[in-house]
Amino acid sequence: MMGNKKRDLILSLIFAAVITAVLVFIDKRLHYSMLASVIQKASIYALLAVSLNLLNGFTGLFSLGQAGFMMLGAYTYAILTIPLDQHASVYQYFNGGVVNVCLPAFVGVTAAGIVAVIFAWLVGKPCLKLKSDYLAIATLGFAEILRALIQWEVLGPVTNASNILMKFPKFDSILTPVIVCAFCIFLIVLLINSSYGRAFKAIREDEVAAEAMGINLAKTKMQAFLTSAFFAGVGGALLAMFQASVQARSFTSAMTYEILLIVVIGGIGSVTGSIIGSFLYIASSEWWLRFLDDSQTYLGVNIPFMRGGFRMVVFSVVIMLIVLFYRQGIMGTREFSWQGIIDFFKKPFAKRERKAVKDNG
Amino acid sequence: MAENVLHIENVTMQFGGVVAVNNLNLDVNQGEIVALIGPNGAGKTTVFNCVTGVYEPTNGKIDFLGETIVENFPRGKMKKLYAGENMGMYNEAVSHTPDLITYKGIARTFQNIRLFSKLSVFENVLIAKHMRARQNFFSAALHLNRAEEKRMREEALALLEEQGLDKYRDDVAGSLPYGLQRRLEIARALATEPKLLLLDEPAAGMNPQETLELAAFIGEIRDKYNLSVFLVEHHMDLVMNISDRIYVLDFGKLIAHGVPAEIQSNEKVIEAYLGVSEDE
Amino acid sequence: MHTATYYIDLLLSGITVGSLYALIAIGYTMVYGILRLINFAHGDIFMMAGFFMVYASASMPMAVALPLVLVMTVVLGVLIERAAYKPLRSAPRMSVMISAIGVSYLLQNLATYITGGLARPYPEIAVLKKTLAVGTLSVKVITIVTPLLTVLLVVALVLFINHTKTGMAMRAVSKDFDTARLMGIKVNNVISVTFVIGSFLAGVGSILYFTNYGQVSPMIGAMPGLKAFVAAVFGGIGSIPGAVLGAYIIGICESMIKANDTIAIFSNAFTFALLILVLLFKPNGMFGEKLTEKV
Repeated sequence: MMGNKKRDLILSLIFAAVITAVLVFIDKRLHYSMLASVIQKASIYALLAVSLNLLNGFTGLFSLGQAGFMMLGAYTYAILTIPLDQHASVYQYFNGGVVNVCLPAFVGVTAAGIVAVIFAWLVGKPCLKLKSDYLAIATLGFAEILRALIQWEVLGPVTNASNILMKFPKFDSILTPVIVCAFCIFLIVLLINSSYGRAFKAIREDEVAAEAMGINLAKTKMQAFLTSAFFAGVGGALLAMFQASVQARSFTSAMTYEILLIVVIGGIGSVTGSIIGSFLYIASSEWWLRFLDDSQTYLGVNIPFMRGGFRMVVFSVVIMLIVLFYRQGIMGTREFSWQGIIDFFKKPFAKRERKAVKDNG
Repeated sequence: MAENVLHIENVTMQFGGVVAVNNLNLDVNQGEIVALIGPNGAGKTTVFNCVTGVYEPTNGKIDFLGETIVENFPRGKMKKLYAGENMGMYNEAVSHTPDLITYKGIARTFQNIRLFSKLSVFENVLIAKHMRARQNFFSAALHLNRAEEKRMREEALALLEEQGLDKYRDDVAGSLPYGLQRRLEIARALATEPKLLLLDEPAAGMNPQETLELAAFIGEIRDKYNLSVFLVEHHMDLVMNISDRIYVLDFGKLIAHGVPAEIQSNEKVIEAYLGVSEDE
Repeated sequence: MHTATYYIDLLLSGITVGSLYALIAIGYTMVYGILRLINFAHGDIFMMAGFFMVYASASMPMAVALPLVLVMTVVLGVLIERAAYKPLRSAPRMSVMISAIGVSYLLQNLATYITGGLARPYPEIAVLKKTLAVGTLSVKVITIVTPLLTVLLVVALVLFINHTKTGMAMRAVSKDFDTARLMGIKVNNVISVTFVIGSFLAGVGSILYFTNYGQVSPMIGAMPGLKAFVAAVFGGIGSIPGAVLGAYIIGICESMIKANDTIAIFSNAFTFALLILVLLFKPNGMFGEKLTEKV
């Protein structure tokens, strides 16, 4: 047992070192490549997916408010970190706006999480007692209300209404988002493996029994909801840094659906799954499957159906296939472990398959 | 006279126009095993649900260790609809959520087993330890509560060993055979460190051998944990075997109360209970 | 100061929009009543019906196109049920809801792909576009036809549900799925009928809505869909008269809010605020049935 622990630690350190080296290389040599861009966006989406999974997968609360909390995070970060001398140009329709502070980036990111938590508390207080699908539609509704509020002309001096916010600090290295997201996901994993994480799972399994075991439903659900909102806010701030601009128009429910589908692809209830899912999803949609949108000519034959939008059709068909026939997603509820990897390579093929069948049944 | 643990006073539970429990008075004293029996649909589980805070009774009062944990009187729509007795006797409303009642020291099992069936046997018991852990959200989430976490794990494991469930600790709870699932549910209830244990048909679906073992086991845990036990049951052998006192409920109304020997010879009970079931 | 005509105009447009929400809301409320599923794709069925019309009317006369569009919409609705919901009958509710979101995503992407993502002008149906003059008011035929047709369809539907054998089966299935099956009701057929009715009404709603609005675009179904859902919740999910009443209230409030420039941006948000208020104070809606879990 102890030997395994030591081995796992060493393997993890080696793995982290290799990844860091590769990232440093990409950062130095390929800073503006598609690869670098995918790595950054996928890391952020991984954090967003894990934070949604904490609610949907681990606590059994079907929330669709993710985009709303991301938007709050993105706006908080943007508003607090735009350099003072840029205010006049960014807030050109509102006389330079009324916010006269410019905080360091990391303070802005933390504030993004905190603001999301404050609003999550306001949303959660009435909504968390609702049953599954009503909760989904109520959180979706709250996200829409927040979006309308931010775009309201009256709040323009703060939010710039429906105009774009920009010129705030961006990432100076692709390592920044990767490290911040990895650290946040690590915190979420610690939570899931703690006594509170077990209480979350108890609620997911059976609310009545969980309550009979002394778990306060309202309080515990709120803890999960606030934690999820915090990291959604942080993720939103990071997304703002990555995109270099923020506009309320883009934080629609479609964005929440996108993250939800990543969670489904990876496996509802698996952190590893969400991470793998988001890298696959982002890499495919931004990069690997781009060719589907352009007309292609193979062996002198032009393929007529490949044109703008085809990629998304292929994508949604794949997602439907996963939802219908492969409901476990990539990882089911399993998690990554070195032992799992080693077993995978050690055991003969036939045996492994039998085990897989057993795991599913 | 032993100390009173549970005192149910004039409790009536009415759903719409249906009176499920009618003016029930019942006591459980320290160290006793008290059974509540009655034909199907007599309102036994409803009594449990009132005590554990799942339902709010329509009228009446429930004390636990001298503290009123539940009290209610017909309000709102019920004012007109109320068909029970002792209207106007109570005028305060006290209620607690089920988790708080568990915290005060009443643990329960369910008639149709409600384990966390996709989680491991060990996790099932460990979850019940959460309530009394000395930790806060941040210390636990950042794993700064190592000593406390270790204690919870050890105590949970000890409970599993005592039940002979330790060899299944990593199995999925839902995969256990029925009898063991019942035991796991009791182990899980014990993990909340209760003073009063409510067992809802603990022998349901068990064969005679298993029932016998269960009877012995209930006695054992009562002594070991200094518990009082209040159970609802159908198996007459089990009830007559282990109960100190028995209450009999029929159509929500208490028809008899006494030690097992008295109940066995009570004509009303035989009529209501055995008579009816023979006719069917 | 606005004249009375101004307010009557607003009221009329509110009633028109409300009627359309009502037609869509019935689809939501019926499916939820029976499957306990929020059919997120319902708004997109409505959008697809709009595109069917755009393409159908381009190649055939209106008299053929109209019924064909309704048939195609119904087929689409039943197809979705068969392909995306039926296989998940015994799956957790969250999975079915995710499947519904997936279908919605697929339909939107499919429409974007086929149309190139651009809004298409909706064909004009001459009869509906005419204007009638009543005193000082000039009213479009569609403004009068919409609420009349809606009321007519709703009455027919309520009669159908209360007085036919299929209607009785539908009520039985919505009360208790498993028991209904034990009683020999072919649950899958009942569900199909539900989708037929829901899609048909969405098809009719789409013709009226887009004739009024003038164009169809791939993402247009989402908002009316969600609003119709709110209407269904407002009225008490499962209750058809409730859904219709909810739809009219939302339609009229929305048209009033849209008319005021300072708060016009909240015309969508208002619907959701209403939803949250209803869920808080009357979680079963105005006419909904109470559902309790047995312990």
